[in-house]
Amino acid sequence: MAEISQNPVQKRRGLIESLDIDMRLVGMIGALVLISLAFNLATGGAYLSPRNIFNLTIQTVSVAIMATGMVFVIVTRNIDLSVGALLAICSAMMAMTQARWLPGMLGLELGSPLIAPLTVVVGLVTGTLIGAMNGWLVGYQLIPAFIVTLGGFLIWRFAGWYLTSGQTIAPLDQTFLLFGGAEGTLGETWSWILGLALSLVALWAIWSARRSKLAHDFPVKPLGAELALAGMAVAAILGFVAILNAYAIPKGKLRRLFEAQGMELPEGYSAGHGLPYSVLILILVAVVMTVIARRTRLGRYIFATGGNPDAAELSGINTRLLTVKVFALMGFLCGLSAVVASARLQSHANDIGTLDELRVIAAAVIGGTALAGGSGTIYGAILGALIMQSLASGMGMVGVDSPLQNIVVGAVLVFAVWIDIQYRKRWGKT
Amino acid sequence: MTTPLVEMRDISIAFGGVHAVDHVSVDLFPGEVVGLLGHNGAGKSTLIKILSGAYRADSGEIRINGEKAEISNPRDARAYKIETIYQTLALADNLDAASNLFLGRELVTPFGMVDDDAMEAETRKIMARLNPNFRKFNVPVSALSGGQRQSVAIARAVYFDAKILIMDEPTAALGPHETQMVAELIQQLKAQGIGIFLISHDIHDVMKLCDRASVMKNGKLVGTVNVEDVTDDDLLGMIILGKPPAGTA
Repeated sequence: MAEISQNPVQKRRGLIESLDIDMRLVGMIGALVLISLAFNLATGGAYLSPRNIFNLTIQTVSVAIMATGMVFVIVTRNIDLSVGALLAICSAMMAMTQARWLPGMLGLELGSPLIAPLTVVVGLVTGTLIGAMNGWLVGYQLIPAFIVTLGGFLIWRFAGWYLTSGQTIAPLDQTFLLFGGAEGTLGETWSWILGLALSLVALWAIWSARRSKLAHDFPVKPLGAELALAGMAVAAILGFVAILNAYAIPKGKLRRLFEAQGMELPEGYSAGHGLPYSVLILILVAVVMTVIARRTRLGRYIFATGGNPDAAELSGINTRLLTVKVFALMGFLCGLSAVVASARLQSHANDIGTLDELRVIAAAVIGGTALAGGSGTIYGAILGALIMQSLASGMGMVGVDSPLQNIVVGAVLVFAVWIDIQYRKRWGKT
Repeated sequence: MTTPLVEMRDISIAFGGVHAVDHVSVDLFPGEVVGLLGHNGAGKSTLIKILSGAYRADSGEIRINGEKAEISNPRDARAYKIETIYQTLALADNLDAASNLFLGRELVTPFGMVDDDAMEAETRKIMARLNPNFRKFNVPVSALSGGQRQSVAIARAVYFDAKILIMDEPTAALGPHETQMVAELIQQLKAQGIGIFLISHDIHDVMKLCDRASVMKNGKLVGTVNVEDVTDDDLLGMIILGKPPAGTA
């Protein structure tokens, strides 16, 4: 051991390498900044207004949640074309649960506090079960994932159609609508508290990783670099909270809120939205999925199986069961996305989540997930979703025709993957 | 006579009508190296994959330390302290050395989280013993040379106190220096009482490293000989002609 610790691994390393910065992350953030600045210029500052950033954020949540699951699916060399259809059936099940079954059959009163939680459970269970079934067909019956989920793509949306007789179902439960975005936010104070808490968690994570490396005599980044990274993380978290807090709740809505409590809106009173619950869900999903990917056996086996399925099998990993778990997780996340998406739209319509499968796959791929399997990151997929939503919403604001919008997004997808291939070739990174 | 570490009795397996292994029996004693020789397609890798749990035999039985063993997957084999170094190395190229070494047997923190730093520390320890020049701990194994990859695969087999070690063409991808290292390692492991099956088609390797050699041809066992009793040509004759040399069988 002694002679190892005297051997600091590679003394002379480049600055970037010693900071251990992920160039792909830098590239994606750079692209996002560039897109934002360009649209901001084109819209005379409207694009980067708190209001638009707020809207952009809540529009991204549904696809971003599913994209994190798609990373695992693609890393294990599979694909899931059925996520949009799964979202639709979950949404249909939840709409029927809250608007018909619970009030009608079980006799729960409309507005009962039990409706929202039961509805969410129904959605999550539906998604998980269908996902697990997909995984079983792929893992144990050896039907290619492409076929299983292409079938699911055709089946589930239209199963939902039969469930609702093709009707759009609205209004939805008031508590349920809180998951949609603008209707349910933490408010300024709690947003700051949460922002500070998240900052502390980030600092703790950085600090404990460093402590563990030092305990084993491993090389660590220069302290200054570590502090700079920690500072950037905290600034990003608190800056984001500040922007969401700066988007004031409209006067008319405030008045209604006060009236609902039997009070009158005080003169000159104003309040910011703060962090929407839906974004909170996405943050939670991002953290949990990252922990699964990096710090659990499940995550390790997912990546090992993607890198070399035979080796994983020979190492005693049950790759079939693993496939079921990965697809079940994907289904669970589809159910979660369905909660957010249908609450945001305040209704269930049969076309909910149409084309989401392609957006989700594109987000994961733009985020650096390789279709060959074995590599991909959760934060990459979320950034990928954000980049795509930024493009779509920016072009909408600038007034680009919708056909051209699709053409641009398509071209960006191909371009992003091309860049990634060049990067891998040049740096040999996987 | 001591109990054999491994007895594979009357093992058969067929793939789509082809008898890849046809009523073959081999055994292995503690501290012994048994070479498995034969042409490509002779069935030696298939036979050994039955022992390591990758395949299930159609018939026949395996005894470990004299007791009947049920090995239906690689996890079972590991439970019997059987470790395998595959010819393909069976490494996940996208993961680093430590992740590969502990794949399927990760060290975890008290909270059940994978403890990468502890695994890297252990990997550094064993690599310092097996291949002191090894430095690339934080890169995917796809970035390693053939010899370095081989040492990761060997470290994985040795780290977990194997009693039975299967080496499938362990020196095929190696230079002379690294081949020598593997030879020394085999001597070390023998001295610890570990039994080794060495699959090879290099007769010199087998003559140098093994105590006994079993030769296979077309899925059948040609014969098992003491290496001391035969010449290179005898072994060659067994491999090519499929007949045991006169006077030994």
